[in-house]
Amino acid sequence: MKELLEKLTSAFGPSGYESRVRDLILETIKNDIDEYRIDALGNLITRKGTRKANGKRIMVSAHMDEIGLMVTHVDEQGFAYVTNLGGVRPLNLMSNRVVFADGTEGMLCARDMEPGKIPALDQYFVDTGASSRKSCKVKIGDPAVFVGRFVDMGDRRMSKTMDDRIGCLIAIEALKALKDSPHEVRFVFSVQEEVGLRGAKTSAYSVDPEIGIALDVTLCNDTPGLTERNLKFGAGPCIKAKDGSLVGTPWLNNALYDAAERAGIPYQVEVLRGAGTDAGAISLTRSGVPSSVISVACRYVHTPSEMVDVSDVKQAIQLLVEFLSKEIK
Amino acid sequence: MMKNDKQLSLPVLTQTDIDLLAELSHACSVSGDEREVRKIVRREIQPIADSFEVDALGNAIAVRKAKTAEFTRVLISAHMDEIGFMLVNEEDPGIFRFKSVGGIDPRQMAGKAVWVGPDHVPGVIGACPIHLTTPEDRKKTIKESDLRIDIGAENKAVKPGMFAYYATKFSEMGSSVCGKALDNRFGVCILIRLFKECPDNVELIAAFTVQEEVGIRGASVVAWDRKPDLAIVIDSTPAMDLPRWDGEESFIYKSKLGEGPAIYTHDGRTLSDPRIINYLIDTAEAYGIPFQRRQPMPGGTDAGAIHLTQEGIPTVSMSVPGRYAHSAAAIARKSDWEAQIQLLYAALANLDKTLLAQPR
Repeated sequence: MKELLEKLTSAFGPSGYESRVRDLILETIKNDIDEYRIDALGNLITRKGTRKANGKRIMVSAHMDEIGLMVTHVDEQGFAYVTNLGGVRPLNLMSNRVVFADGTEGMLCARDMEPGKIPALDQYFVDTGASSRKSCKVKIGDPAVFVGRFVDMGDRRMSKTMDDRIGCLIAIEALKALKDSPHEVRFVFSVQEEVGLRGAKTSAYSVDPEIGIALDVTLCNDTPGLTERNLKFGAGPCIKAKDGSLVGTPWLNNALYDAAERAGIPYQVEVLRGAGTDAGAISLTRSGVPSSVISVACRYVHTPSEMVDVSDVKQAIQLLVEFLSKEIK
Repeated sequence: MMKNDKQLSLPVLTQTDIDLLAELSHACSVSGDEREVRKIVRREIQPIADSFEVDALGNAIAVRKAKTAEFTRVLISAHMDEIGFMLVNEEDPGIFRFKSVGGIDPRQMAGKAVWVGPDHVPGVIGACPIHLTTPEDRKKTIKESDLRIDIGAENKAVKPGMFAYYATKFSEMGSSVCGKALDNRFGVCILIRLFKECPDNVELIAAFTVQEEVGIRGASVVAWDRKPDLAIVIDSTPAMDLPRWDGEESFIYKSKLGEGPAIYTHDGRTLSDPRIINYLIDTAEAYGIPFQRRQPMPGGTDAGAIHLTQEGIPTVSMSVPGRYAHSAAAIARKSDWEAQIQLLYAALANLDKTLLAQPR
């Protein structure tokens, strides 16, 4: 599991450019699924199992894409100005390293470096070591992601892109572990979540599920200085009551709580003031889909060093497997 | 380079195109009532279309069938609507409060001449004259609510709910053109031209859409109805390419005049399909057609709605750059306009199923 997570988090996959993550996932799961297809936007839509009389068609979505940057201009000296792909905070950019699809690396700096002020996003540029526009290897429209090495910290793991390769990992492990389910489970590895839940919208339309579950990270707020401390490390997976895109369907959440209790797993009820996940898009598909989210508390979300707790991840897998293995009432 | 670049004689810009753009620019079609532009579209292409329909929202959709056994169904979308104003109430005979429709900077409104309603009654957006304002007043931004549309006299035919339009006469300026609503009469004009000279290997679904400027409303229902293999959105994008006052290199300009059509990678609503982006660039390079990459930045086109329709549609946008977008008058280069027609034509003529054979 550790090796797979390292591979998943290391893969290059900014929103709109997820093919390398998809190739890696497909290679990992191709013997464990009954069928798959890739849609127009690049979503990997798989099927595991068939729907029995007491079963449902369930879409389980984990997004493959990660936040990143995109080049807007290369100046005469070879500096590459950038804009955001997804929720990039200017605060988290300064002095970080980024890597482009071709392996070109660079560091982020900003024009406006007044002490005590955070430069606006459009003031940032990447220095790739080029000495001129002509010799610069990157051009307008090229996407980049943060560099953030995978670190095994014992009980915890740190890397870029735990958001949402941890969801991909949970989906992969669950689909491998899942036996004798009454359900048709559509594991979807979705695209473009970070720019507005776009992949989930089109994939949910084609899957037409009866239940939607997103797997994602959520904000772990147990670090110093925070006042609202509802989610913490080591307290189990989070079940979504509410975020900016969704109110978790109450009867579905009850079914998730029951599954956690059956499996003897602790869980946290997640209330998030803003943000959203694939479940928000799934829930509004066609005539509406009961939906919720199993999330993993993650520290330092949308930085190059996102951190998760190993037991939370393992228990999220157990919870999902238990939920998908039994009839849902 | 492309493997299968055919010998093509690329379309060139003619006086007919310029006259048609002038007519389209003078037509008044603020979002929600696109009848004047649609009438021109109908006149130009209905006689040669295999089908021509106007849907419930007012989108005009013309189809030209392929003449080959193997073909791709391509939706090309150009919005007909323009930004403008709607009269809210008559405060005094001939003096109206109004509301802007679509994105207009209130600082650019005062003093502009307008045409009001279906009869194009002349009017002006009035503001307090300099004689009666203080230096303090003049430091403040004029708000839309402080402005009125004045048609000079009581006129029973002009009523609240009617639209008003910038009253700008189209003109040629050597290598450029200038006019109102070039966003997106360029797209409409280009799509009419392409429809008339459509290569045989595609089924062209030409969608002249409504209500783009108020939230890409028309395009979403067209895409739902037609489900094309791929979609190309043609529009006009702002160019902020004037020289900087300090002589430094500008790094925020969106697009530049004279560098060819602007191909979108990423805007506020869409990450264009990289397969089509690369195909357009390869085509441009193979035929020596200039192009530029539009700076990835906020903004949006019909693509935002189209690409997320149902199971998803591979989509890209391409725009003619125009200075002073969403104002009374924009300036754009004829060469960019011509290059956009040429690039679209060459891209359609070489299009086959291999483009989308590999997943995105």
